[in-house]
Amino acid sequence: MKELIKVRDLNLHFKELHVLKSINMEIYDKTVTSVIGPSGCGKSTYLRCFNRMNDLKDAAIDGEIILDEENIYSRATDVTSLRMKVGMVFQKPNPFPKSIFENTAFGLKIQGKMKGSEIEGRVEQSLRDVWLWDEVKDRLKDSAMSLSGGQQQRLCMARALATNPEIILLDEPTSALDPRSTNKIEELCVELKKEVTILIVTHNIAQAARISDYTAFLYLGELVEYGETKLMFTVPKDKKTEEYISGKFG
Amino acid sequence: MKKRKILEFAGEWALKLSVGISLAFLFLFLFMIFSKGAGRLSISFLTQMPKNGMTEGGIFPAIIGTLSLTLLSMLIAFPLGVLSGIFLSEYGKPAWLVSIIKTSINTLSGTPSIVFGLFGLSVFVIGFNMGVSILSGSLTLAVLILPIIINATVESIKSVPFDFREAAFSLGATKRQVITRVILPAAAPGILTGSIISVGRAAGETAPILFTAATFYTRRLPKSVMDEVMAMPYHIYALMTEGTAPESQVPIAYGTAVVLLLLVLIINGTAILIRYRMRKRRNW
Ligand SMILES: Nc1ncnc2c1ncn2[C@@H]1O[C@H](COP(=O)(O)OP(=O)(O)O)[C@@H](O)[C@H]1O
Ligand SMILES: [Mg+2]
Repeated sequence: MKELIKVRDLNLHFKELHVLKSINMEIYDKTVTSVIGPSGCGKSTYLRCFNRMNDLKDAAIDGEIILDEENIYSRATDVTSLRMKVGMVFQKPNPFPKSIFENTAFGLKIQGKMKGSEIEGRVEQSLRDVWLWDEVKDRLKDSAMSLSGGQQQRLCMARALATNPEIILLDEPTSALDPRSTNKIEELCVELKKEVTILIVTHNIAQAARISDYTAFLYLGELVEYGETKLMFTVPKDKKTEEYISGKFG
Repeated sequence: MKKRKILEFAGEWALKLSVGISLAFLFLFLFMIFSKGAGRLSISFLTQMPKNGMTEGGIFPAIIGTLSLTLLSMLIAFPLGVLSGIFLSEYGKPAWLVSIIKTSINTLSGTPSIVFGLFGLSVFVIGFNMGVSILSGSLTLAVLILPIIINATVESIKSVPFDFREAAFSLGATKRQVITRVILPAAAPGILTGSIISVGRAAGETAPILFTAATFYTRRLPKSVMDEVMAMPYHIYALMTEGTAPESQVPIAYGTAVVLLLLVLIINGTAILIRYRMRKRRNW
């Protein structure tokens, strides 16, 4: 397995609060990696390190995250191009109050590199990738707000995919959705990993077991255990991990 | 038990009575103005010059004056106000300085408008040597409505959900792109509504233009922004205080009041319509 991302001694503070504690981990190319742990343990914060979204929140970060041989926290990094390479989908579907088309095309339009016809092609491709095309192809001009929650979340995935990112970060993408929409998103993750590397935060242990190749268990800001999902769910090495995945706390 | 029932009853009637009295005042107000002034309304009243020492004829120059003052003050205040509002909400740092600025703006918007008149006189008319002119008056009105536009902008931007911002940043948008492509379109209805209502305010004010733009009587239309003009609110004031033939001038004053009232109603109606239509489209 090729290592796509290396996390080296990552620490993060919000003021005095030490949220992430010396995390070291490798994320493998074209896999689904899930991050699990009780709420408040730092999962979202950790995920947001990979596209530097914590920059919006005045976090103090040290350590390195190396992607394509470069530390994304080095001074030379252009944060906007990093974010085009590392897409993100949030807990609550958050399409813009714009049309379905404009939502999907947003990333491409702000890059300003493509012509109109190319953009249309990519929009269609991205919507097909998330199995939304057939549902919306006749109403691309309608507001994205007219879609159901599950459709909105897939639209958000299409929006993130449109710029051809290498990595997609998903922060509890199904926690606001009904079971059917949840299924769809889960199947989609498995399908999409042919093209992109997926890092997904979930509070749903069964979900991690179903869709991820690797699982990271985070507890109080520490990476307690990390390894292949199959192994971790059958023979966890750490006592805490065992307790958590067997539902003793959470 | 009984006491509670009586209190309920009295409370409900106190509310009903208050609404009734307020509505009565409103209708009385509209009735008085319209019954005294509506009779004067005609095409020629709107399109003719005043005649015979303002005892006959129309109010065309006053309408043109009010429209030009309002339009020019908006052209000045709208871009300034919106840009300042964006700066305060998105770039303003440190926070304590921003809050001092916001407090000053709010204080400014509570200042009596005659004070703005004096300010305009000393700064624009005399200081910048612009004389009594449309330009001086518009600048004074612009200063008066600036706080309204800034506040409308700040409040509308504040009401844009953080989710949109986050989504845009996560797609690699720069701060400028987040503002122009996401925040401003979402905040536009609020900004527009607030600004249009401030137009209504500018159209109806007398005190700020008293020393800076308005003239009692002119038979010609302004040729440039450096000319003084007649304006509807001042026209009413002048006819009522300095008129020499009240029996023919008072009806003209009421007629002017009706025109002014209709103008402000149309302006505010437009604002409400815009807000309604844009609210229907947005659903977050
Ligand atoms: N912007 C912030 N400022 C200060 N503390 C924060 C901020 N965001 C999160 N935290 C804190 O960091 C910790 C981890 O939060 P988070 O990453 O959201 O946890 P999780 O996603 O695992 O529920 C929590 O204690 C939370 O209160
Ligand atoms: Mg979280």
